[in-house]
Amino acid sequence: MTTTAPATRDVYRRTLLDLARRDPRIFCVDSDMGGLEDTFGAELPGQYVNVGIAEANLMGVCAGLAAAGLIPFANTMSGFALWRAGEQLRSDIAANNLPVRVVVTHAGLSAGHYGPSHHALDDLAVARTLPNLTLVAPADAVETEHAVRAAVDHPGPVFIRLGRVATPAVHSRPYRFELGVAVELATGDDVAIIAAAPRPVGVALAARDELARAGVAARVLNMHTVKPVDRAAVVRAARQTAGIVTVEDHLTTGGLGGAVCEVVCAEQPCRVTRIGAAESYLDAVADEETLLAVAGITVERVTEAARELLGHRARSVALR
Amino acid sequence: MTAAPDPLPAVAARVRRTVLDIAATEHGTHVGGSLSAVDLLVLLYAEVLRVRPEEPDWPDRDWFVLSKGHASAALYAVLAERGYFPPEECLTYGRPGSRLAGHPLAKVPGVDFPTGSLGHGLSLATGVALAAKRTNRPARAFVLLGDGELQEGSNWEAIMSAPAFGLDNLVAIVDRNHWQITGRTEDRIPLEPLAERWRSFGWTCEEVDGHDFGALREAIAGVPRMTARPTVLIARTVKGRGVPIFEDRGRSHYVRLTPALYQRALAGLRSRERETS
Repeated sequence: MTTTAPATRDVYRRTLLDLARRDPRIFCVDSDMGGLEDTFGAELPGQYVNVGIAEANLMGVCAGLAAAGLIPFANTMSGFALWRAGEQLRSDIAANNLPVRVVVTHAGLSAGHYGPSHHALDDLAVARTLPNLTLVAPADAVETEHAVRAAVDHPGPVFIRLGRVATPAVHSRPYRFELGVAVELATGDDVAIIAAAPRPVGVALAARDELARAGVAARVLNMHTVKPVDRAAVVRAARQTAGIVTVEDHLTTGGLGGAVCEVVCAEQPCRVTRIGAAESYLDAVADEETLLAVAGITVERVTEAARELLGHRARSVALR
Repeated sequence: MTAAPDPLPAVAARVRRTVLDIAATEHGTHVGGSLSAVDLLVLLYAEVLRVRPEEPDWPDRDWFVLSKGHASAALYAVLAERGYFPPEECLTYGRPGSRLAGHPLAKVPGVDFPTGSLGHGLSLATGVALAAKRTNRPARAFVLLGDGELQEGSNWEAIMSAPAFGLDNLVAIVDRNHWQITGRTEDRIPLEPLAERWRSFGWTCEEVDGHDFGALREAIAGVPRMTARPTVLIARTVKGRGVPIFEDRGRSHYVRLTPALYQRALAGLRSRERETS
């Protein structure tokens, strides 16, 4: 569990190059990210484009390439894709349902000491408002490769949200990856923990171990596809457990926790505790793991939230 | 032997009439910037663009992006004239259930990209032209830009990038009518020296009378003038062109024509036609 896998970004880049060698429709469109020009660009210059430091143009050009029949992978950072080039992403790509694959790094707090200009604690919320867009936050390197391969032939736009540095492996064995279908990483009917992205999934699994030591069986769902969220898996968790704890490297508004709440409110009401960053702009200088702790995205808060949910259930059972 | 008369002025007159018809519907429309663009659109669709109205998605077609999407009335009138849909449909503009919105939607036959938010079209056309280049297809991309629209910074990202990609199959046309909503462009955020600016970014640039079909034909026939260079034509136009009460008037930007004003506008259009024929 603590094995450090390659960085999701590196796996993505290798996978993309591998796919593009066999499929001339696949284009790597760079916004001067560094590291793509001397790998993908050197090997497949005909399928490589660098628009420079210009994210609005990046999205517009990708929309044009996709409309003309190609499969462009747009490369930028999460916050820049959604805020600086958000209108192009919305109006030119998502609204036209064009098969652009936007692959971003620096999601959540993964930019660490770079500071809040490079953090994206709101990316899930913004991306989730875009109809047609499929939003994927792979939990590790293995899942990143699955997601990138699955994205190639997906009919609409796909947004894949990656971190910056290497994170622990979540999936030690091969498994069946399907866009929109959550992966059950641990079984259990006492309480459910639903997480997305590398660090939050790691936090969820550690909380599960902690709870297990106290005799609590927590189900852990890796909700790699945040949009469309796996409604059936959420409803099952709501029905079969004392409640749901969501974990994300994101504000508690509008992201994974918001998506889960929308489902349970409509289909199977239950208690949901959202673990994420409070509404603020974090200006602490630290690495990702420290920032997550500062933001309160910790194993302790998850186990505490799970125990509270179990306590609520015990009280409501006693009252009957 | 006398040369056959140019058929395009008559087409342009019909298109201008349709723009006025649309301006007389319930919501009115962007009249000034539609009328300034009419002759450019008429020439493109009549003689320049390789398109098949009966097969709008023909893969080897030339692409056209109306980046100044508010000139939709002129585009609809020209697309109808070219046979993409019946001319009567133009009068459904803005009505519930119509395909014709204030800014063009992708569901309108012949519209490759919906537009309306300024500063998007040149990047889209750049992408399309780039795809054609890289896949060795004959398609060209044309984009019509407003002049005020060039105040949007995203244009300059695209203007910088297209020469770097060697896109001699990309043609931008600037509808240089010198007006934006609140006044003359040069009194707001000046665009001049506009041609010099485009050239300094690596484009082949030509200034041309945007209402002179002969001059426009000649300018477009010469494209591309240089291998690997994108082309921009700065078309000197008159806002509200063809209808004297609107010509070079800022207030023609958006007009809903009352019946009385509609009659005045039509009479003006007819008198201009007589002057030029």
